[in-house]
Order: sequence, then C-alpha cells, then structure tokens
Amino acid sequence: MLSPEEIRAIEEEAPRYRDRQALGIEALKIVQRHRGWIPDEALAAVADYLGLPREHLEGVATFYNLLFRKPVGRHIIRLCDSVSCWLTGQETVCRALCGEHGLTMGGTTADGRFTLVTVPCLGACDRGPVMLVDEDLVGPLQPESLGPILGRYE
Amino acid sequence: MERPLTQNIRPDGQTVDIAAYEQAGGYLGLRQAIGSLAPAEVTRIVTDSGLRGRGGAGFPTGSKWSFVPMGDDAPRPKYLVANADEMEPGTFKDRLLMEGDPHQLIEGMAIAAYAIQAEVAYVFVRGEYVLPARRLQQAIAEAEGRGYLGNNILGSGYSLALHVHTSAGRYICGEETALLNALEGRRAIPRAKPPFPQASGLWGQPTVVNNVETLCNLPHILARGADWFKSLSRTGVSGTKIYGASGRVMRPGAWELPMGTSLREILEEHAGGMRGGLRLRGVLPGGASTDFLVEEHLDTPMDFEAVAAAGSRLGTGTMIVLDDRTCPVAMLRNLEHFFAQESCGWCTPCRDGLPWVESILDDIEEGRGRPEDLDLLDLHTHLLGPGKTFCAHAPGAMEPLQSALKYFREDFERHIRDHRCPWRAS
Repeated sequence: MLSPEEIRAIEEEAPRYRDRQALGIEALKIVQRHRGWIPDEALAAVADYLGLPREHLEGVATFYNLLFRKPVGRHIIRLCDSVSCWLTGQETVCRALCGEHGLTMGGTTADGRFTLVTVPCLGACDRGPVMLVDEDLVGPLQPESLGPILGRYE
Repeated sequence: MERPLTQNIRPDGQTVDIAAYEQAGGYLGLRQAIGSLAPAEVTRIVTDSGLRGRGGAGFPTGSKWSFVPMGDDAPRPKYLVANADEMEPGTFKDRLLMEGDPHQLIEGMAIAAYAIQAEVAYVFVRGEYVLPARRLQQAIAEAEGRGYLGNNILGSGYSLALHVHTSAGRYICGEETALLNALEGRRAIPRAKPPFPQASGLWGQPTVVNNVETLCNLPHILARGADWFKSLSRTGVSGTKIYGASGRVMRPGAWELPMGTSLREILEEHAGGMRGGLRLRGVLPGGASTDFLVEEHLDTPMDFEAVAAAGSRLGTGTMIVLDDRTCPVAMLRNLEHFFAQESCGWCTPCRDGLPWVESILDDIEEGRGRPEDLDLLDLHTHLLGPGKTFCAHAPGAMEPLQSALKYFREDFERHIRDHRCPWRAS
C-alpha cells in the first residue's frame, strides 16, 4: 500500500512527464525517500498504482544504483572509488572506514546507523578523496578525519 | 583574458541569484535571440561561432540542431535536454557551472530550445548532485517569475516549460540515447542510431541533448557574436574551455582558459605542477575514457584537433594525472573496474569483455599474471574497439588501456616477470 503522502508526492511529479511509465522511477525515488528503501510490496504497489507491469518496474529498480532493493541504515555513505580519489588516497580511507570504524563495504552496521557503498566519481576530483554522507559531500578525507565526520550522524 | 563562463562564479561557493545575474548582463542573449532573431538565425550564429560539444564527443552544436525538423509540419512537442549527468571519472566542470551560476545554464537552455522550437526542456542531473539540483530549482522559479521561462516568454509568444530531473544513477545515462530511455522510465540502455534523437528522441519526438558547458556558452555567443567567440581561443577552435586537473598535483582544480591552452601551461601554471618529489608519468587529458598522453606531449594545445593528433581525445578537458610513485597497472585496474561495473549489460562484448579485462588486470597486479595475458589485453583493445559494440562505452574503456599498454608496457611486463607489483611493499 502506498501512503497518502507518497501518492500525493507522485501526483505532484506527474505533470512534468508525458506518461505513467516515465513516472515509475520518480515513484520509486519517492517510496525510497519515505521508507529508506524499496520493499517488494511497495514496488508492487507502485506498479499497480501506475498501471505498469511489476516485472518492468523490477527491471528498472534493479538497474539504477541509487535505488535500494534491500534495507539500509539510517545514513548512507557513498565513498567515491573512481580514479582521481584512488590516486589521492581513497584506499587508506576505505581501510579506515572498514577497520577502526567497523563498517563493511556493501553492508549495514549492526546498530543500523550506517550503510557503506562505493559510488562512481562524485565530480569533486579537486577535493579527493571524497564521500557523500546522505546529502553532504565531504572531502578531502584523511583516515584521521573520519571519526569527527561520522560523529555528526546519529 | 576573458572568462565568460565563470565570470560570475564566486570563490566563496555561493550561487548567483537572478538580480546579480541580470546586473552582470544576464538574459541579454535570450532577449537578443527571442526578441530579434528567427530560430534559424540563432542556429546560424551558433554554427558560425564554431561551438563544439563540451561533453566529450565534440560534435558541432549548430550542426546537431540543424537536423531537427522545423516549420509548421514538424512533429510536436519537441524536447531539449541538458545532459548534466556528469559522471566521467575525473570530471568536475558542470558541477561548478550549475552550482556557481545556474541562470547561465537556464538562459542557454532557453536559447537552444528557442532555436529548435522545443516546448519542453529537462535538465537531467545526476542524483548525487544534490546542491546543483537544488540551486537549479531555485533559479528556475526565479526565471519563471521574471518571464524568462513559462508561457509567452518576454511577450514573444514563445513558451517553454523547464524541468529538473534527478537521475537514479549509472554512468551510462550520460550516453544521450540511454539518457532518453532513463527519462522515459526505462532501463538506461543505449538506443540504435539512426534514427538520431533529433528525428526521434524522447517519446519518439524530435529531441536535442546538449552538455551543460556547451549550453552555458550560448548566452555569450548570442550577446556578443560569433566572431567574438572565435577570437577567445588560442588556436582558432572557438571559445574558452573549462580545463581541470586532478591526481597528485599541487593545486587540483578547474580553470576557464582559452581553448587551445597547452597541457604544460594547465599543469604547471594552473595546477602548480606535481606534488613534492613526484614526477609526471602520464595524463588522461579528458576523463577516464581518453588515451594517455606522456611527457613528450606536454606542449600539445588542448583543443579537439591537436589532442587527436597526439593520439588521444580532448574529451571533457578535465585531466587526470599519473605520477611516478603510482602503479600504472593498478590505475588501469581501477579504471577498468569502473567501466566493467558501469556496462549496461545490453551487448555481449561489453558485458563480458570488460569484466574479463578487469580480471586479467587483477591477476597482473596481484602477481598472478602470465606473459600471454598481455596478448589477451591487446586483443581486447581490438575486440572492444570502435564499431564492435552497441555504443561508445567499451571503446572508451579501451582508450586508457591501449595507450597504457603502449607507454607503460615495461611496467606490465615487470609485474608478470616478478610475480608482484613493484610499487607495493612485499
């Protein structure tokens, strides 16, 4: 079931697109904004609401890396693993995140606080290595600067 | 030196609102276009200016527009899309333009849309670009409030709706036909060409997709003319370019400079040279999907022809610098991991070939490489080269690889001979 808020948000987007299929990605983004990720039943509800085949929407949902089909933590860390950040020390930052800070790549911490994933080039190559924590771009990162940064996110 | 694209951009990172933009001469180009020129005249001026696409491919902008059907019989609606899906590794110029001066992009889009007589325009901005999307939304609302967008723009009878679409991810969305599929709510796989988007694009309607930096040039070309625009470059290839440098240089950054500024000047004067104790080994001049250039190429003017003559591509003009204490094989592994991961999976050579390349590079870097692996890599640069795959993704992935095999072959051979990476502590 989609919530009234979700339906309202989907319909607010509708006039900007020509048809219901184009609205599918927007609707999935809206569901994720409300629930953190896209559970099966929500995907099915979006498909039914928009009149799209569930299989089509599943294909779309699993294509795009910013859509989550598994539960995630309260905060999403997207660590850039592209070449400019790699050249400027991304691996040591990654080791520190996964070592002393107890995160796992692709995983969520047991307390549900953080999910860590990699992301292609964040377009901040002059500030590498960088990561996106929720909507905040942070960098240049040093292993020792990670503690205070993570401390801002409960 | 004139810097039209970045003249309003503030060093403190704050954006330029509509009042400040107008005060600096903003929206004069749009007034000029809509107020006194027919759409065909706008296209002619842009063609005469010599503007070429700044997204990587360098296609002449006016020529791209000229394939859009015009006149009363043309299919409607038509669409204009700004490609703001900046995901080429090492590229960070469109972010600067959208965050620092969003009205410049909006004005450029309105001019382009008028030239092709589009009714609807989208900015396709990558989902991670939260701040650029927010600032664009704000600027669009301001522009609508002053009559630069919406119904009956500046009393001309021409109307344009402009929307921001934030992407759900994936590098392949930067490929213009994949981008159109993403906007239609499909998986972002490239389409066969022809038909080209100008004839059959978004929802089968005539569509033009232009890069952000390309569009940002239009207000200035319209306000100041084609001859002025040509005179900006050092080498006759029109305009300025936002160049960038990243990697272990003293001052990584992006700078608007005359088109044709040399690699050496960008690296030494603007990026401040290499960080202490490091030497330059190679440069990817225009993002991850361009061929390496090396020290002998440093005096190459960074324009389309000169970089091509040196064996690479201008690409996005934002260069990635390899130093002498970084392993070239490991760098290639990083690059090919990216390309393998970002293959859309549609065509077999790309979907299966790129992971194979990545795993060979893994083996070499981890000390498991065999001499015949270099032949396999050489073979892949042909099997995945231009014309062998559905789109330019895999050929782009082969550009850094084929040039690395040429310039850094000894490094690959040493890894294989010694069964280890010489840059890593054993």
